[in-house]
Amino acid sequence: MLDYRLSDETESLRTTVREFAQEVIAPQIGEFYERDEFPTEIVRQMGELGLFGLPFPEEYGGGGGTYFDLCVALEELARVDSSMAITVEAGVSLGAMPIFRFGTEEQKREWLPRLCAGEALGAFGLTEAGGGSDAGSTRTTARLEDGHWVINGSKAFITNSGTDLTELVTVTAVTGDKPQGGKEISAIIVPSGTPGFSVGKRYSKVGWNASDTRELSFDDCRVPEENLVGQRGRGFAQFLSILDEGRIAISALSVGLAQGCVDESIKYAAEREAFGQPIGRNQAIQFMIADMEVRASTARLAYYRAAEKMLRGEPFRREASIAKLYSSEVAMDNARYATQVHGGYGFMNEFPVGRFYRDAKILEIGEGTSEVQRMLIARDLGVG
Amino acid sequence: MNIVVLVKQVPDSGSERKLDPADNTVARAAADNVINEMDEYAIEEALTIKEAQGGEVTVLTVGPDSATDAIRKALSMGADKAVHVVDDAIHGSCAVQTSAVIAAALGQMEYDLVMCGAEATDAQLSVMPALLAERLGLPQLSGARKVTIEGGTAKVERQTDGGFWALEAPLPAIISTWDTINEPRYPSFKGIMAAKKKPVETRSLADLGLDAGSVGLASATSKVLDFAGRPPKGEGVKVTDEGDGAQKFVDYLAGQKIV
Ligand SMILES: Cc1cc2nc3c(=O)[nH]c(=O)nc-3n(C[C@H](O)[C@H](O)[C@H](O)COP(=O)(O)OP(=O)(O)OC[C@H]3O[C@@H](n4cnc5c(N)ncnc54)[C@H](O)[C@@H]3O)c2cc1C
Ligand SMILES: Cc1cc2nc3c(=O)[nH]c(=O)nc-3n(C[C@H](O)[C@H](O)[C@H](O)COP(=O)(O)OP(=O)(O)OC[C@H]3O[C@@H](n4cnc5c(N)ncnc54)[C@H](O)[C@@H]3O)c2cc1C
Repeated sequence: MLDYRLSDETESLRTTVREFAQEVIAPQIGEFYERDEFPTEIVRQMGELGLFGLPFPEEYGGGGGTYFDLCVALEELARVDSSMAITVEAGVSLGAMPIFRFGTEEQKREWLPRLCAGEALGAFGLTEAGGGSDAGSTRTTARLEDGHWVINGSKAFITNSGTDLTELVTVTAVTGDKPQGGKEISAIIVPSGTPGFSVGKRYSKVGWNASDTRELSFDDCRVPEENLVGQRGRGFAQFLSILDEGRIAISALSVGLAQGCVDESIKYAAEREAFGQPIGRNQAIQFMIADMEVRASTARLAYYRAAEKMLRGEPFRREASIAKLYSSEVAMDNARYATQVHGGYGFMNEFPVGRFYRDAKILEIGEGTSEVQRMLIARDLGVG
Repeated sequence: MNIVVLVKQVPDSGSERKLDPADNTVARAAADNVINEMDEYAIEEALTIKEAQGGEVTVLTVGPDSATDAIRKALSMGADKAVHVVDDAIHGSCAVQTSAVIAAALGQMEYDLVMCGAEATDAQLSVMPALLAERLGLPQLSGARKVTIEGGTAKVERQTDGGFWALEAPLPAIISTWDTINEPRYPSFKGIMAAKKKPVETRSLADLGLDAGSVGLASATSKVLDFAGRPPKGEGVKVTDEGDGAQKFVDYLAGQKIV
C-alpha cells in the first residue's frame, strides 16, 4: 500500500496552522527577530491551538494526535518562521516527550497538562560546551545525598530554557560509573528557579533569533531524588531514542523552510521587474524555482517515509537520519537560491528570505550534525 | 440559548473566482472552496454567547456534498452539531429559493436565535436575513457590530457608514454580523479531533417537504444572462511635483471621494 494523503483531521490541522502562521506570526515575527526577543504571546496562542500537546494522549491534556501531526504542524510553521517552529519542536520533543516516554505516572500528571497546553515550556539539556556530537562526554555530575540529587556542571545551547514560560529543564548528568566501566548517565528534572540552577543570558545567534537559547549552570543544585526521569543509568540511551524521532521533526521543519523559500520566490519573481519584464520570465529564474520545488517535495517524502515507519512501530532510525540529513541540506540550498532570486533585497532582514537564509544553517547542526547523520546511516548499513 | 448559525461554503475570495459558462452559475467544482469568511464572525459570536449563557450552537448549511468541509470547520471551532441540506435539485437556486429551503430547515429545528454573516463573499447580496425574517415572521437585526443577549431580548449595534444604530428585538430573532464584531478563533487541535465525532444530519428537499420544481435554475427568480471579467487595471495617475504635488495629490483623493 502506498498512500501519503493526509487524513481529514491532519489536513484541517495543516490549514489551521497555515492560516495562523500567515495571519498571526508573519506580520509580527520580523520585529521580534530583529530585537532578539521571544514572543511570549504568540507562543501562548500556539498553546491555545493545541500545538504543544499534539502527539500526547488526552488523559495528560494532549490532543490525541500522532507524531506525524506534530511534523505537519512544524512544517507549516517553518514555512513562515523557524523560530516559532523550533520553539514548538523543542517544547514537545525535547521538553515534554522524555517525561511522557520515560517519566513516572506522578511526573506525567504533574508536568504534562501544563506543557501540553503551552502554559509551561520544557527544555532538555544534553549539550555541554565541551561537546555536543559526542554526547557521552557529559561532564555535569549529579550525586545522591539524603534523598536529593546534587547537580554540578553546565550545559550549552539549551532551547526554551529561559523564557517567561519555562518551568523545567531535564538535564543529563553523570550519576556514577557503570559496573562494566564507563560513565553512568541519567536524566533529571530541574524545575526553573531551583536554588543553585542559574540560567545565562540569551546567546547572540546568527539565526532563530526569536527563539530562546541559553547557557545553564548548576552549582550544588539540589532536587528531590524522585526527579530522576526513567531508570538510573538509562539517561543516555533514552535520550538517543528521543533524538531519533526528533530528527523527523527537524526534517519537517527543514521542509517547511525549503517550501517557504519556494513560496516567497514565486511571489517575488512575478512582482520584480528587470530589463522591462518580470524576472520570472527568465529561464534562469524559472529553473532555480523549479529546482527548489523539486528539493522541497522530495525532502517532504523523506520525512513522510520516516514518520510512516515510526507510526507503524517499525525501526525508523535510518529513515529519520536520511530525512534529517537530506532536508536540512535542501533547506540550506533553497535558502541560498531564494535569496539569489531576491537580489539585493534577499540580503535585507525585512524580507522573509533574509530570515530563511539565517535560519537554515543551524538545521545542518542541531539535533545531530550532518556528519553525525552520515555516521549513523553508514553504521546502519554496516559500513566501516 | 440555542443558536442556529447559517454557514455557506464559497469560493475563496482570496483567489481567482469564476462563473461556469455552461449555466452562468458560480463555478464551485474547480474553485478553492472555503467557509464564507463573514460566517466565521457569526460562529464566533454564537460560541461566545453559548459559552456565557449555555445552550447549543447548530450549524445549518445548504450546499453540495463538498460543503461538509465548511461544516467541519464550524464544528472544529466549537459548534455542537450540524444540519446539511443537500439535494442536486438545489443547484442554481436564487436567493429567494434558497431562503425557502433554509426556512423549511429552520422550521424543523428549535432555536432562540438565528445568526449569519452580513454577506456571502460570492454573490454579496446580503438579503438572506431579510428573506428569512419575512418567511419566518422573525424580527431582523442586520449588520451587527455588537450583540448583547439579555433575558428574552437581543440588543445590537447596527453598523452604518457614519456610526451605529442601537436596536433591540424580542427572541427568537435573526441577527447578521459584520467582521467588526469580533476576532474569530482558530480551531484548536482538540476541536478538530472532536469535530469528527459531532453529529451532522443531512436533509433532502423531500425531508423538508419541498418540491424539487420549486428550486433550481429553471424556476429561479433571477438569472445571470451574461458576465464579463473585471477590466484590466488602468494606467493610474501620475502626479508630477512642481511644488504643488501635495495639493494635486489631495485634490485627486478628494475627487475620488477617498478623503
Ligand atoms: C540554536 C541552537 C539550539 C540548540 N538547542 C539544544 C537543546 O535544546 N538541547 C541540547 O542539548 N542541545 C542543543 N543544541 C546543541 C546542538 O545539538 C549541538 O550544537 C550539536 O549537536 C553539535 O554539537 P557541537 O556544537 O558541540 O559541535 P561538535 O560536536 O563540536 O562538532 C563540530 C564539528 O565536528 C564534527 N564532528 C564531530 N564528531 C565527528 C565525527 N566523529 N566524525 C566526523 N565529524 C565529526 C561535527 O559534525 C561538526 O561539524 C543547540 C544548538 C544550537 C546552535
Ligand atoms: C549590502 C548591499 C550593498 C550594496 N551596495 C551598492 C552600492 O554601493 N552601489 C550600488 O549602486 N548598488 C549597491 N548594491 C546593489 C547591488 O549591486 C544590487 O542589489 C545587485 O546589482 C542586484 O540588483 P537587484 O537587487 O536590483 O536585483 P534584480 O536585478 O532585481 O535581480 C533579482 C534576480 O533576478 C535575476 N535577474 C535579473 N535580470 C535577469 C536576467 N535578464 N536574466 C536572468 N536573471 C536575471 C538576478 O540575477 C537576481 O537573481 C548593494 C546591495 C546590497 C545588498
